Amino acid sequence: MVGLNHYLTLSAILFCVGIFGVLTRRNAIGILMSIELMFNAVNINFVAFSKFVTPTGFAGQIFAIFVITVAAAEATVGLAIVLLIYRNYKGINVDQINIMKW
Amino acid sequence: MLTGVPATIFYILAAMIIGSAVMVVSMKNIFHSALFLVLCFFSVAGIYILLGAEFLAAVQILIYVGAITILMIFAIMLTHKLYSAKIKQSNEQVVPGLIIVGALLIATLFALGNTAWKLSFETPEAQSTVGIGKLLLTEYVLPFEVVSVVLLTALIGAVIIARRE
Repeated sequence: MVGLNHYLTLSAILFCVGIFGVLTRRNAIGILMSIELMFNAVNINFVAFSKFVTPTGFAGQIFAIFVITVAAAEATVGLAIVLLIYRNYKGINVDQINIMKW
Repeated sequence: MLTGVPATIFYILAAMIIGSAVMVVSMKNIFHSALFLVLCFFSVAGIYILLGAEFLAAVQILIYVGAITILMIFAIMLTHKLYSAKIKQSNEQVVPGLIIVGALLIATLFALGNTAWKLSFETPEAQSTVGIGKLLLTEYVLPFEVVSVVLLTALIGAVIIARRE
């Protein structure tokens, strides 16, 4: 039987791949995609704990639904910001956007 | 390694998730990354079904595959010139990033292996959709209403940010 640790390991690997994407991507949309990968890793954790620790309740799954909702809101606002940056700077590579750096 | 049908399905889905996630963060062409993201989200939906969360699997496909990825592809199309293969897509932090991520992964797996979770072996309710529906309209009705305000705020915010002056 596939146990809790299998799902947690899968989720840890997926989360680390997402962090790697955030650290190394130059394109802002690529960074947003990596963040979505990390959200998915967290959701797998929530659902796995919901099944293996509290199998008679659904609190973990409800948490995952709220995470998905907030992720959708985040993607909408994030992509709107990306489009605005593209319009003003003619580029969305984050190493060229340094207006807030000293 | 485990054997048996559920374990085999789990390993196939896990390999698809991790493989497509690695492609998402490493592809030269950002449009191909978005397509691999779709594959990754589908495999995660499979994992949800394996965990007995059918409703969440449906929500995953509807919202992640149907809405978020399409939104990403729209944004890639609108920022058109940038995704040609000639442009470098990663910065100079690849090696430090790999070291940090590897250290984090080892620390996480070490912590996972050394924690005794309070596992419960009660039989789960057969229909997760019914249970989730009841909980959302009784115990979690306040978060359920608040999250609709969050969505409305995001909607208005996105329109105001992206409109032309």
